[in-house]
Amino acid sequence: MSQIPEKLKYTKDHEWLRVEGDGTATIGITDYAQGSLGDVTFVELPETDESFGAGDSFGVVESVKAASDLYMPVSGKVVAVNEALVTSPELVNSDPYGEAWMVRIELEDASSLDGLLDPSDYAGIVG
Amino acid sequence: MRGMSETLKRTPLHAFHMDHGARMVPFAGWEMPVQYTSILQEHQAVRTVAGLFDVSHMGEVRVHGPEALAYLNQLVTNDVERLEIGRAIYTVMCYEDGGVVDDLIIYQVGDEEYLLCINASNVEKDVEWMTGQAVGFECLVDDVSESFGQLALQGPAALEIFRQASGQDLSGLKRFAFVQGDFFDTHALVSRTGYTGEDGVEIYLPAGETARVANRLVEIGKDHGLQLAGLGARDSLRLEAGYPLYGHEISATIDPLTGGLGWVVKFHKAANFTGKQALQEKKEAGLERQVIYFIMEDRRIARQGTPVLDASGQAVGKVLSGTQSPMLNKPIGSAVVSREKAGDPLFVDIRGHQLPITVAKPPLYKVD
Repeated sequence: MSQIPEKLKYTKDHEWLRVEGDGTATIGITDYAQGSLGDVTFVELPETDESFGAGDSFGVVESVKAASDLYMPVSGKVVAVNEALVTSPELVNSDPYGEAWMVRIELEDASSLDGLLDPSDYAGIVG
Repeated sequence: MRGMSETLKRTPLHAFHMDHGARMVPFAGWEMPVQYTSILQEHQAVRTVAGLFDVSHMGEVRVHGPEALAYLNQLVTNDVERLEIGRAIYTVMCYEDGGVVDDLIIYQVGDEEYLLCINASNVEKDVEWMTGQAVGFECLVDDVSESFGQLALQGPAALEIFRQASGQDLSGLKRFAFVQGDFFDTHALVSRTGYTGEDGVEIYLPAGETARVANRLVEIGKDHGLQLAGLGARDSLRLEAGYPLYGHEISATIDPLTGGLGWVVKFHKAANFTGKQALQEKKEAGLERQVIYFIMEDRRIARQGTPVLDASGQAVGKVLSGTQSPMLNKPIGSAVVSREKAGDPLFVDIRGHQLPITVAKPPLYKVD
């Protein structure tokens, strides 16, 4: 069984989002996603100040088996990127909800969070 | 993950794989383990200690009769006359136009009897082709794939684990030699062959005995650090070793000369063989394309189908196989490129990034 922390929001594309309370949100991929990908070898992330719409591809996570697009759960502007993943992509496997966060965005519209999945809904998808 | 179709075949080790936590995937009509823990870790175990692979999906064909030798020597490009009982040979069989039907290993098991090991994905096609080619020869071609299980025990500790598990020391056996007889209280054929670039054995045994023998090898091997290894590691190991995979480096459209297997095409052997004329003409006219192997400094993996470009950005070929080399910690791959460009600086286009590749002579990782 993969871990699904209670305090996060999720997407059907296996990304998680944590609302930070200052108008920003942190985004990464779920434990289920890293388990399906297997050994991650490369993460391609955007530049800060780039803006994305909900559903836009903002990067790529690549494993021995396949390359997969990363999709923006909600619209926003990138305010921070996890540079540690460039040199240590394996963090995605070891700590997907912690050290392997991918980007932090400034939310364009806080109400857009309503469309995301709760932990129990997400568990229903991957269960 | 999607449920697997009911029509997929299962090897005799299916329950064994489930017990060991394998992730199963469909492959060539079979439900096979792609990994047990991690492809990188399983790969490293094979390079440093040993790995055990279930390769029961591979096809086995028995060819026997007074003209079995004459038949095989016409069927394949390598020289089967060089064989004797207890020796095996790697070869390809070609269509008339020189394209590859399949690559295979031929074991001479008796005076007029041979066992052929062929790719799982090609069994039906191969048996149909081989049956058609046998017309006029006094020999029989039998698909015996269902009756065999097959295990590959590979790595520097493989022969020691085999010795302790079976009580038989095969360290004196030469590469591509094999023994048939009683092993593990059953009848088996054990050959010093493999698809990893490491020392090791491949064990052909009755399907019903496969799980018992696998458990025995795991029990003895675990103290040495033996790991179960899946198809993921099998692919990255063979690519590091520079071994072709049918459908990638050789295929119906990539002939053995282009694919780097010129050494198994014996133009001077006594027998005429299917595809000889076409291959000879290609060789004399000069090959148009060439399969190359490469290493990358970037972290992105160039996967099958990725365009290969010259310095001016013009497409000169495409990637055939690509993965991460766990030993070099760099992406590696193979590509088919225009022969006149093979020596020039080459690049791959990955998602709009033009990245240089370094052509290298296989093996890409040198085993000590």
